[in-house]
Amino acid sequence: MTFEADDTVETFALLKATDDEMTQLSRDGMLALNLEEMRSIRRHFSALGRDPTDVEMETLAQTWSEHCKHKVFNGVIDYVSGRNTERIDNLFARTIRKATEDIRRAKGQNDHCVSVFVDNAGIIEFDDDYHLVFKVETHNHPSALDPYGGANTGIGGVIRDPLGTGLGGKPIFNTDVFCFAPPDFPYGKLPEGVLHPKRVFKGVVAGVRDYGNRMGIPTVNGAIMFDERYLGNPLVYCGTAAIIPVDRCEKSAEPGDLVVTIGGRTGRDGIHGATFSSIELTDASESTATQAVQIGNPIEEKKVLDVLMQARDRGLYRNITDCGAGGFSSAIGEMGQDTGAEVHLEKAPLKYGGLKPWEIFLSESQERMILAVPPDQIDALRELCASEDVEASVIGEFTGDRRLRVTHRPDAAGSRITVADLDMEFLHQGVPRIVRTARWDPPDHPEPPTAGRPGAAQSLVRLLSSWNVASKEWVVRQYDHEVQGGSVLKPLQGARNDGPGDAAIVRPVLSSDRGVIVANGINPSYGDIDPYWMAASAIDEALRQVTCVGGRIDRTALLDNFCWGNPDKPDRLAALVRAAKACYDVAVAYGTPFISGKDSFYNEFSDGERTIAIPPTLLISAICVMDDVRKAVSMDVKAPGNSIYLVGRTRDELGGSRYYGMLGFVGRNVPTVDAAAGSGTMNRLHEAIAQGLVAACHDCSEGGIAVAAAEMAFAGGFGMALDLDAVPRDPDADRDDTVLFSESNSRFVVEVPRGREDDFEASMQGIPFGRAGTVTGEERFLVRGLGGDEIVSTELSTLKEAWQRPLRW
Amino acid sequence: MSKTSVLILRAAGINCDEETAHAFRLAGADRVDPIHINAFIQGRRRLSEYDVLVLSGGFSYGDDLSGGKVLANEMQSKLMEDVETFIGDGKLILGICNGFQVLVKMGLLPRTEPGGRRQEATVFYNDSGKFECRWVYLRRNPDSPCVFTRDMPETIYIPVANGEGKVMLASEEVRTRLGPGGHIALQYINPPWAGAGVAAREITAVPAGMAAEGTAGADDGEATGETPYPWSPNGSVDAIAGICDATGRIFGLMPHPERYTHPTHHPRWTREGCREPDGLHIFRNAVNHVRGAQ
Repeated sequence: MTFEADDTVETFALLKATDDEMTQLSRDGMLALNLEEMRSIRRHFSALGRDPTDVEMETLAQTWSEHCKHKVFNGVIDYVSGRNTERIDNLFARTIRKATEDIRRAKGQNDHCVSVFVDNAGIIEFDDDYHLVFKVETHNHPSALDPYGGANTGIGGVIRDPLGTGLGGKPIFNTDVFCFAPPDFPYGKLPEGVLHPKRVFKGVVAGVRDYGNRMGIPTVNGAIMFDERYLGNPLVYCGTAAIIPVDRCEKSAEPGDLVVTIGGRTGRDGIHGATFSSIELTDASESTATQAVQIGNPIEEKKVLDVLMQARDRGLYRNITDCGAGGFSSAIGEMGQDTGAEVHLEKAPLKYGGLKPWEIFLSESQERMILAVPPDQIDALRELCASEDVEASVIGEFTGDRRLRVTHRPDAAGSRITVADLDMEFLHQGVPRIVRTARWDPPDHPEPPTAGRPGAAQSLVRLLSSWNVASKEWVVRQYDHEVQGGSVLKPLQGARNDGPGDAAIVRPVLSSDRGVIVANGINPSYGDIDPYWMAASAIDEALRQVTCVGGRIDRTALLDNFCWGNPDKPDRLAALVRAAKACYDVAVAYGTPFISGKDSFYNEFSDGERTIAIPPTLLISAICVMDDVRKAVSMDVKAPGNSIYLVGRTRDELGGSRYYGMLGFVGRNVPTVDAAAGSGTMNRLHEAIAQGLVAACHDCSEGGIAVAAAEMAFAGGFGMALDLDAVPRDPDADRDDTVLFSESNSRFVVEVPRGREDDFEASMQGIPFGRAGTVTGEERFLVRGLGGDEIVSTELSTLKEAWQRPLRW
Repeated sequence: MSKTSVLILRAAGINCDEETAHAFRLAGADRVDPIHINAFIQGRRRLSEYDVLVLSGGFSYGDDLSGGKVLANEMQSKLMEDVETFIGDGKLILGICNGFQVLVKMGLLPRTEPGGRRQEATVFYNDSGKFECRWVYLRRNPDSPCVFTRDMPETIYIPVANGEGKVMLASEEVRTRLGPGGHIALQYINPPWAGAGVAAREITAVPAGMAAEGTAGADDGEATGETPYPWSPNGSVDAIAGICDATGRIFGLMPHPERYTHPTHHPRWTREGCREPDGLHIFRNAVNHVRGAQ
């Protein structure tokens, strides 16, 4: 069935517009262009002697949006800290990208990066036949308005990134990280236009579940964070990894190649997605911007995946990219950047009639991929697609004139009507750079009084029951984490299959024992004290989790995903500068390159009276290649009589911790990262695991040693007796609660089989470690404090119930 | 020995075809072809080329209408003659998860009367109201004619992952015919720890890498009359997990045997050691049956 478009094309009266009128045009049209950008466009069209069409204006707005152009990261920032001002020309190039460049240079022959930052996802080496592709994206603004639809198309969208990388990767797993306000937030305090966080939570989980499960991609790993500041702007991070044959990573489009759209049809869902996500949300957004949310259809995407893998292997196309933000305009505009392209809009299949040309060109309807197909392959591609009921349509061709020309159906006289004719150079390079100011004023949060704190056992139970620490089994079980048959370490582990695993491992090639480890590091609370250490801690956490299961950091690569507030506000921008600087310092010290990433700004909500900004939130995702998955270790304790070691130094670093949060404080001493010491610890621990000296390993993160050790005990179904005096620590970590709950980085709780203690200790020489306890046959968790008294003696069942109860929905 | 040819039928939304094909290759099948259903509907390929027809897991046509219903209708209206010939030739049909739903809704399972076309059962939404992925203990029915479960251990441990896995029967009369016919090939049973406290009771814990092969004895689930949620994960009548027809050559099950064909698939391999994967038996039985029958 075919539908007719509406032929109306309007022009924007820009040439004679005043500054005020241009500002008004941008706002009314949801173009998200600032005055400087509007002036640039006017200059360009003044030289041409005509006003821009709506197709041109919309194409420029989407292409130049923060979402697509990353103007904050690539712009100029005056960073003011105390009396110093530093001019940073391109923060991204000087931190994230520079880290990768420096690491690759230092690694020389051992560099495992294949493609970084240039394609839709990053690529690293896997084995002789395949490379590994990985990308994490956000879909925050859509998920705020429509949790199910936003998250649904979030996962659908990120799956198309690896699929549109190189000549197409085959997805092997998904990973999802969400940030919500607490599910028990009082209804009465909910601002106008905001959905309740429990509804958002349930909708987002269902959206991710229904898309990922239907695609047949296992969701193997994730995290959920809770903070009231996510009330107006929940964060939805969706990630997908893929494998791609080593000889299918290069792509190009040649003049004469056909522009082919494959998969879903084009509709009015997903109009203005890129610009919508580049501005703040308000109480009116739910009624003015819902058309920006797309409607997902996972079965369509699965069909596309099925035929694309066959077409790729038969060499039926030369280039591929996904239709994401900006739809055809950005997909074709980017693919034809070096050649030029002519598009015939009326040839695009529509979901229904009545779309105007600009809507067809800008729509972000899902499940569409753009291919560059050599003319002699088009019949074979069409036949293949028809054989599996997939729609493929030629909608134009790549030219050689470096222009983006969009035409619509021929008029009565039979000549094609040009609705847009843009210079590729202006479209991609014409956006003016903005100078922004960042101002860092270190916050000062008081420490909680030492008097009146609850006892250790009571604190442990309360922490286990807190939203951030509690079991996420209710979520995890709704995701198919076994499909594709490559599961090695599952998200839930232990004697009853219900303990919280650190990193997940899958075997993407079923005939091989080579595996892929995936982990995530995130802790926005530390950013309340210093975003520098928040970012450093996120990297450390992701690498700790990789280490825990048997991975090695020199085979690991990272993704960065920044979700921030309004970057026009100097304090938000200073937080970004500090976090990015930490990314450089810590990634270089660990030798773990960034291969791709994403940023999402303007995560602020305003109802006219107050503004709720999210805490600056950085997600670090780690991916690691493991030669032999049979060396993997899980986090559950294995047998009574085994020894428990604490590896890594504990400091008085309770600032931003869950423990202080429970007491209602932020505090001062944020966890820092000593990456030189940390990489030593992780490398040695990797060796010990590879030698079979480790029965279980769990990293200390939220809730510190106490939570990590308790989780290991109740996951394994055996008791544990710990002696805090044997924990390696700084002299000022001299209180029981500090040692138990401090969240110092680079620390691990390690179970060593009885009889292997000497070997383990020999392997850890030079690393801070202490033999701090044993696994017992009793079902109790026992802790002896620094003074020698028993400060915790709690039934495992009490601890486990406290941990499982909150999200047992 | 005769060659064994296995067809893994693909369709829009089927997504377990690759690992199911891999399982059959591990089991020794000589030829395993994942092929789209259109090739058979349009006459480009013939079912008769194969010895085993497999409907694997996934969400065929999005499970619109209900799980497996659209694909079942498509097969009934466009391929039923070929399927009946295939059955009549004594060949094997296996349906896993979505494929099981399809076989049930085509009327091929339980098919208490050979050749019957009446739909005697359905597979409905889980009692829990949601999709769930978890490992389940199953009891094999030693009196079942099922070809696929022959000579397997009495207790089988494999994962289940579905939102619509609740087997319901058309009538009490159908139910009374299932037992004597040995149609209920697999039932959900309690795990060894059901009713115990937190502890890893009865589990001989073995540190990773230090286990003798298969020393741990956790898989001794016990068949009891009632198997509660979540051990019977969807509320099936009589805790039914898998059903065969009267001949035992058509078999379908909600759990996924193809997801336990490698020792590291087991959720507790890091504590109980590596052992022979349970799921592989089902595919070996199919391959061996074809070899013996030819």
